[in-house]
Parts: sequence; C-alpha cells; structure tokens
Amino acid sequence: MIEQFDSSAVDWSRAQFALTAMYHWIFVPLTLGLAFIIAFMETIYYKTKNPEWKSITKFWMTIFGINFAIGVATGIILEFQFGTNWSSYSWFVGDIFGAPLAIEGIMAFFMESTFIAIMFFGWNKVSPKFHLTATWLTALGANLSALWILVANGWMQAPVGMKFNPETARNEMESFWDIVLSPTAVHKFIHTITSSYTLAAVVVVGISAWYLLKGRHLLMAKRSIVVGSVFGLLSILFTILSGDGSATAVAKHQPMKLAAMEGYYEGSTNAGVIAIGALSSDPVDPKYPEVNDFLFKAEIPGIISFLAFNDFDAFVPGVKDIMEGYTDHEGNVVLPVKERAERGLIARNALKDFTKAKKEGNEEAMATNLKLLEENYEHFGYSYFIDNPNGIIPNIPITFYSFHIMVILGFWFLLLFLLFLWMASKNKLTNSRLLLRLGIITIPLAYVASQAGWVVAELGRQPWVVQDLMPTMAAVSKVSASSIQITFWMFVVVFTALLIAELKILFKQIHIGPKEGGH
Amino acid sequence: MDKKPNIGARIVNFYIDGFKNMGKTGKQLWLLILIKLFIMFAIWRLVFFPNVLKTDFDSDEERSEHVIEQLTNPE
Repeated sequence: MIEQFDSSAVDWSRAQFALTAMYHWIFVPLTLGLAFIIAFMETIYYKTKNPEWKSITKFWMTIFGINFAIGVATGIILEFQFGTNWSSYSWFVGDIFGAPLAIEGIMAFFMESTFIAIMFFGWNKVSPKFHLTATWLTALGANLSALWILVANGWMQAPVGMKFNPETARNEMESFWDIVLSPTAVHKFIHTITSSYTLAAVVVVGISAWYLLKGRHLLMAKRSIVVGSVFGLLSILFTILSGDGSATAVAKHQPMKLAAMEGYYEGSTNAGVIAIGALSSDPVDPKYPEVNDFLFKAEIPGIISFLAFNDFDAFVPGVKDIMEGYTDHEGNVVLPVKERAERGLIARNALKDFTKAKKEGNEEAMATNLKLLEENYEHFGYSYFIDNPNGIIPNIPITFYSFHIMVILGFWFLLLFLLFLWMASKNKLTNSRLLLRLGIITIPLAYVASQAGWVVAELGRQPWVVQDLMPTMAAVSKVSASSIQITFWMFVVVFTALLIAELKILFKQIHIGPKEGGH
Repeated sequence: MDKKPNIGARIVNFYIDGFKNMGKTGKQLWLLILIKLFIMFAIWRLVFFPNVLKTDFDSDEERSEHVIEQLTNPE
C-alpha cells in the first residue's frame, strides 16, 4: 500500500516538521533551565542582599530574555502544519492532542508571559519578595508549558486513555488522567526537562568559563560556575535516572525503537548496551536490508535487559524477533508483523464496511463491523504495511548513532560538572585553562545532545505518528509536495536570519557582560 | 491626599513604564518579535497554511467522511 501515498509529500512534510521542531528546540531547553538557574540566583540575592548577586541575576536574565524573545511563538508554526500538512492526523487524534495543547496555550503561556513582564520591568516597582515570586513562577510556567506538549507527545508514543469512534474517525478521550499520568508521558517529561536543565547549566558554565579565560567579571563568573555546576550535576543525574524510566517505557511500547537504538538484529537475554560500536554498510541478513551489521562493538552485558525490565536475564527482542514474532519476558506472545498487518487490514476493512452500513442504515452490519474493528484496532496501522512488512523498521544507523552520541555526551557533562566543582572547591578555576576551554567547547555539544535525544525519540518511532495505529504516510493531507517545498525553504531563510540576529545580539550582550554592582 | 489609581490602571502603567524605560537590546528584541509575528500570522498563516479540513468542508460529518475515505482507500 505504501506506493499509493505521495511519498514526496510525506517526505517534505516530515522534513518541514523536523526543521521547525528542531529550530524551536534550540531555544526551549535554555528557557526551561535558565529560568530555574536565575530563580536560584535571585533567591541568593534575596537572602544575602548582596548587590553582586543582583548583578549576576540580571545578567543571566538578559541572556534568558534574548533566548526567549527569539524562540517565542516558533512552536506555533508546528500547529499551522498540523492543519495544513497533517490534517488526517489532526482529525484522527483530535480531542486528545487538542486538549493538552489548549491547556498549554491558555494556562502556562499566559502565566509565563505575565510573570516575565514582572521579572524584567518590576525590579524597582514591586517588592523584592514579589519579584522573586514572579521569577519562580516564570520558571514554573515555562516548565508547565513543556509538560502539556510532552503529554501530547507521550500519547503519540504510547496511546492510552482513548477509544476510537468509527462514526467520526476520531480517537476520543476516555480518561484524561490515564493520558497525563501515562508512564511514557511522565518519563518523557522528566527526561526532557532535566536534560534541558543540563543544557542550560552547560551554557552558564561555558559562558562563565569564557569570562575567566578573558580575565573579566571574575567574581560573577566563579559564582555562576558554582551555581551552574551544582544545578547541572543534579540535573544530569536525574536525566540519567529518568533515562532508565524511559528505557522501560520504550521497551514496553516501542520494542522496535529499542532494537534500533542498540542495533539489535536478534534479541537475547542478558542484552547488553553497546558502549562503543560502528555499523557497517552491509546488512546482517539480506531479508532485512534495513539492519546493518557491526564493523566492531564493545558491549556491556545485561544493562539493557536490566534497564528495560529490571532483570538481567529478561529477553529483549531484536528486529528479526519483532518481524517474525516472539514471546516477551512476561510470556506474552507478540504476533509477527505480517499477521499484525492482516489483522490491521481486517480492522481497516471493518471501518470501511461500517461506514457503508451506516449510510445504508444496516444496523446489523454496523454491529458486526464495529466488533471486528474493536477486536483488531490495536493492529490498525499495520494494515498499511501488508505488502511491505519491512516498512515498520526505522532508520537504524541514525537512531543508533543519535542515541549513543546523546548517552556519551551525557556522561561527559557529568564529568565536566564534577571537574568544575572540584576546581572551584580548590579555588583553582582561573588556573585551569584547559578545563575552561573544555567548558566553552561543550556549549555546542549540549545542543547536539539535546537534538540527538529528539532524533532518537522521533526517528526511532518511525513509521508511526501514533504508535501502531497511524503511520506517518497515512497522516498527511492531500497537498502537493511542491507547495510544502516552498514553505520549507521560506522557513530555512527566516529561521536562519532569526538565528543570526539572535546570536549577534547574544554575543554582543555576552561581550558587554554584567553591569557591576547590580545597577 | 492623591487617590491611588485602581489596579487595572496600575497594571497598564506598569507595562507602559516598562516599555518606555526599555534598553536598546530590549527594543531590538521587540522589533524582532513583531517582525516574526507579522511573518507568521499575516503571511504564513493566512497565505500558506490554511486548515484544509476547515476550508474544504462545511461540516464535521463531511470532514469525518473525508478522513475515513483517506484512511480506508489510501490511493
């Protein structure tokens, strides 16, 4: 069935969405994390009344403001695309996706923007306590915004709390709390925000390291490094811990993604994590050309079995197992993809026949087809792969490398924060020029890790836009690929111009540095 | 004794004062935000990003029929 979709329109719609989401995600993590770092700094100022802390807070607040201003509303472009390029998807998920986004828009955005005004305009106009409260509420508001977006994303990765209505072709919400408290959504939220805090901490430490190398604003830089490193260290530890939770959720709902993350062709018990490895261009098995063999690999045994199922001996399936069927660690039989596709087709035909029966007023046929649809609905999306079961295998090299880049960089950030704290405790920060340089170099690496995380999450779940229910190719609207290309290139031009403008303003502000004495 | 302005007026004045006393960087950022919002809502949204189900169909019933057709006959 794949060839019946306009693959060019699908590809351009995906490319445009990826471009916009990745551009939006340049700004979001710094906003999420820096808001809390500023709140901590202002709290120290509030407690100590030391004007140096006010100066430090105001400097980082300016950096926050620049980042927020350029990033604000870029996420709305994604919503434009839902209506134009992804109309079938938007209709199919309707209320479930719409509700969290509406809450995000109404509650968090207004909360955030109200208190940001007090943060920037209110220094001498409201009481210090009220100002501090506004700063904390800005941080909370920003993170609440993220919560609702990630709940919506979590539902796409592991749909729960809904029922498909064949009369409207929409998934209707049955339990708001099942959706909000779904383990996938909860782990995704914690992993995403703590990794964002880590990125912000790296930025604070890196910029401060630059000041130390230049011999400028030494006190501000040292204090910022201490706050940034403590905050960063705690954040990266929580990121690693929540990564464990994410692995459990992925193993349960998206075993193919987990297999792609580790490049597993065949599953095993005591499944290990590939500490270092490189994929060759040759497939392991000509039957599955999507799965590359390893050129070399160094594996730590048991880690993935343990992370996924809290049991070193648990079976973790590989691509071949998922394609051909297997029995999972709890003894449940997971059907081969071919069989799931057949059952998905039964569901799809039942939807078609239900609609026909409804038009004809044939209630008996409606009831028969509704039963068939409900019995096979969990396989609905597989119907589109009846002629090409291998279409459910994601791009393994990109998923594998993105995952490992993210993990390796995560451990590097942990080491970096420890080193900075160690040198700060010895009062030797200004002499550690190599470490200071590493701090600066790590800033872009934090962005690489952050983007890589989303690549794993979103490319690793392909071909699904809603796991098992709707593949990406069935989600697009009937729009021409050329019209999507036009807007894609418009985005490239405008986004590039905005990014250049931001970096120019940002670098200028960093060059100026804080105003001494907090005035 | 002068009467204290009401809460609404105080909030408005707070914003007016804030914008008036904004530094050069703040003004540059606001200019960028306004340009960005203009491009997004006045050009992209209106010209390039119609909500196709809203513009092409009159009722939810028609929209449902269209999506079911798309899902069940994907040619």
